[in-house]
Amino acid sequence: MTTYLIQNAAILGGAPTDLLLRDGVVAEIGDGLSADGAEVVDGSGLVALPGLVDLHTHLREPGREDAETVLTGTQAAAMGGFTAVHAMANTEPVADTAGVVEQVWRLGREGGYCDVHPVGAVTVGLGGQQLAELGAMADSAARVRVFSDDGHCVDDAVLMRRALEYVKAFDGVVAQHAQEPRLTEGAQMNEGELSGRLGLTGWPAVAEEAIIARDCLLAAHVGSRLHVCHVSTAGSVEIVRDAKRKGVDVTAEACPHHLLLTDELATTYDPIYKVNPPLRSREDVEALRAGLADGTIDVVATDHAPHPHEDKDCEWAAAAFGMLGLETALSIVQETMVDPGLLDWAGVAERMSATPARIGRLAGQGRPIAVGEPANVVLYDPSVRRTVEPGESASLSRNTPYAGMELPGRVVATFLRGRATVLDGKLT
Amino acid sequence: MRHLLSAADLSRDEAELVLTTAAEMRSLADRPIKKLPALRGRTVVNLFFEDSTRTRISFEAAAKRLSADVINFAAKGSSLSKGESLKDTALTLEAMGADAVVVRHSASGAPYRLAHSGWVHSSVVNAGDGTHEHPTQALLDAFTMWRHLGSLDGRKVALVGDVLHSRVARSNALLLQTLGAEVTLVAPPTLLPVGVDTWGVETSYDLDAVLPKTDVVMMLRVQRERMSGGFFPTAREYSRRYGLDGRRMATLPDHTIVMHPGPMVRGMEITADVADSDRSVIVEQVTNGVAVRMAVLYLLLSGADTDDEGLDA
Repeated sequence: MTTYLIQNAAILGGAPTDLLLRDGVVAEIGDGLSADGAEVVDGSGLVALPGLVDLHTHLREPGREDAETVLTGTQAAAMGGFTAVHAMANTEPVADTAGVVEQVWRLGREGGYCDVHPVGAVTVGLGGQQLAELGAMADSAARVRVFSDDGHCVDDAVLMRRALEYVKAFDGVVAQHAQEPRLTEGAQMNEGELSGRLGLTGWPAVAEEAIIARDCLLAAHVGSRLHVCHVSTAGSVEIVRDAKRKGVDVTAEACPHHLLLTDELATTYDPIYKVNPPLRSREDVEALRAGLADGTIDVVATDHAPHPHEDKDCEWAAAAFGMLGLETALSIVQETMVDPGLLDWAGVAERMSATPARIGRLAGQGRPIAVGEPANVVLYDPSVRRTVEPGESASLSRNTPYAGMELPGRVVATFLRGRATVLDGKLT
Repeated sequence: MRHLLSAADLSRDEAELVLTTAAEMRSLADRPIKKLPALRGRTVVNLFFEDSTRTRISFEAAAKRLSADVINFAAKGSSLSKGESLKDTALTLEAMGADAVVVRHSASGAPYRLAHSGWVHSSVVNAGDGTHEHPTQALLDAFTMWRHLGSLDGRKVALVGDVLHSRVARSNALLLQTLGAEVTLVAPPTLLPVGVDTWGVETSYDLDAVLPKTDVVMMLRVQRERMSGGFFPTAREYSRRYGLDGRRMATLPDHTIVMHPGPMVRGMEITADVADSDRSVIVEQVTNGVAVRMAVLYLLLSGADTDDEGLDA
């Protein structure tokens, strides 16, 4: 196994130092390190972060290998600086049995670009009727700890209560896609002045907030752990903040696109901007940033959602919801949080590595960059700016809303347990 | 003028140019030969993803009176119903050399996509998209008002009914304000869109209070299936509170005209005696529709082949 000597990298943006990655661990940290036979990586001007962990990724395999495979999705993840991703359950077949989650987990291991931790469905077939065999998935080789019907809300209050209670037996967590279904029938975009003007059916903030409020109360009532997927509104941030203040064991994620983009983009009727939950108002964006800065929002999760070209090259109402996110996440966090001074690099490591790993109960991920720790490291150059070229994506799909946009920063190298998955900004 | 996608695309000058052109076109109707050679050799495609016989034949008559070749393309399934995609249909029309595409679609924004996606290079006319807009309807409505009332400056227009789902209401609210009219939207609160307070119009829940002060009352179609959506309790209650009947019509000022974009649900939003009364200009709206659509097609297609996006007709 190649030994890497990274010279003059700034761990969490601190003073430049050298790191020696050997036998899968961080072997040494210090100035002026040397090691015979080590491959030297110039870290000058680069920030070293612990490998990023995504709590919310759609890898589409099995079933939609035309949009993404575990291999291409994990390659995109590595290009984005991720060393672990949680693969959402809405595949075909749904990841609601030990068999399917083990298949996805194994495909991730075979690819070797990024650890893949399958998310198990809460209900059979995402149908919202009957609990899936959560225990079997937890006990499988995939060791599932995060359960979600993402794409669908577990809107039945009794079923949600039972799920929250049941996963306590194996320290699991229910990650809720908070969307009151009746309030969002046919919903196309954020409900507000623009939806009325554009004649697109509105997705009101209250449909998200009502479910989050209910789930926080349920989690408190049964003493369970709750995770809220893709928080998108100012009101949701306020509810989560209040629940945390009251001691509810709730964590929440925000997506990069909700930190940057607004519903104003729907005026183009270009469904590249169609996503669920929808892009919201400028006030919501500001509230999410503030919530992420003060820790109300615990993590940034991508909700990377690849779709084939034809599912976006059409009229808005006919298009699929979702956008790519893995390869641009860190740049958007820099743009929206680091550059404006809302979060330092230690904060980024917390929100994009340590905390998501803790929520997912991942051993060996989200660890600090310290001697003896697993060598999961990203080298990131925050000084460059790049224009997003969809054609350059490692994903099989091209549905990035950032095409042509100039964003700061670039992932130069990603190391997964000491093995480079990305070097010189290219997949190895 | 390159496309007509939204009533908001029209400046006051442009809107007035359409109206004055429509007046010339309408005078043709009184001549023995009702045809102009203006668009000879040009091809107009009526691309209808949604059934609308009246709008389609209105555009067809307009194009034919200008001597254009007309192709009617009734796309049975849109990509919403997993039929041929909008894009493939557009590429087909482009390959056939359409100069203008008149598009009706159930998806809001479909004409905008058609015009801005690079799939076609022809002019695109929005003939009604989802719950978004129907700009030629607004133009024919304004033209009808203009013929009866003269300048619309300061004129009060009440649009009554299902504003939430109405493309006619959206286009009219935009265009009538451009032309100087004061618009009041009258509907139960459930049928007014979120954010309507930013439209620059008045809103009211009380039809009886609005009628004695209005110069135009336009009744919007209310589909009975909205009842199952819970927007109002029963058709009868809707009619009692927001329907235009003889008793309410009697409270209108003498000069006030009654309009309806059609198709009417008689007995729901308007009673038969009102629809067929002397105040009703509903049939005239249909006649004017042809003249206004002639004006729009003429202004879009008769000029030089400009590639700019602006509406400097």
